[in-house]
Amino acid sequence: MAATVRVQTAPFDIAAELAALSAGRTDIGGIGCFVGNVRDSAGGRAIAAMTLEHYPGMTERALAAIAAEAEQRWALLGITLIHRVGRLLPGEAIVLVLAASAHRQAALDATAFLIDWLKTRAPFWKKETFADGGEDWVTAKDTDDAAAARW
Amino acid sequence: MSETAPPLRLLYFAWLRERVGVSEETLALPEGVATVGDLTAWLRARGPGYAAAFASPVVRCAVNQDFATAEAPVAPGDEVAFFPPVTGG
Repeated sequence: MAATVRVQTAPFDIAAELAALSAGRTDIGGIGCFVGNVRDSAGGRAIAAMTLEHYPGMTERALAAIAAEAEQRWALLGITLIHRVGRLLPGEAIVLVLAASAHRQAALDATAFLIDWLKTRAPFWKKETFADGGEDWVTAKDTDDAAAARW
Repeated sequence: MSETAPPLRLLYFAWLRERVGVSEETLALPEGVATVGDLTAWLRARGPGYAAAFASPVVRCAVNQDFATAEAPVAPGDEVAFFPPVTGG
């Protein structure tokens, strides 16, 4: 099973990605879906924009490796990982994770695994631009490490 | 080292890039540098921007696009990237 892995500046179309994942297939019983959005505040400060940077080459390799790990752990029939980079506004979608399987438990567990590992193992960096004009790189969270470690 | 040895390609991301002042540079493998840890120590002594970038204990590294520790070997021709802990998703 080849996973679909993309890093792009353009928005993604969730319905189109769901359709592409299940096109021509009748063996898929369920698709888990996670969409990450830009929030409008961080630590009580209003956010005007978020800018995402990645490491071209390594990022795609890391996403493919995370997808391959999910395929080892669950009986999956398809994976889609799409991550946006560049400048995004509050409310815009950043990341899409889809995991298809014959049964819901594998699809839902693999979806949670994929986003948890992506957050701690894929080379992306976020910079927040605040409504007051300030800017700050987002700091990695211990809670994300803990979420990834449970798998 | 031979003068014909391929250079190291160094990449910096996020706030490391901002502190160092460039996103990418190439240089000959410095004398005495055999590991990521050696290279980090060498870079730290290179100027105030580098010192500020590498002062943080959280700096992460990849050699040839694989995550690497301070003990990982560095050789001519390698692509070595330095960056903060990742914050995607």
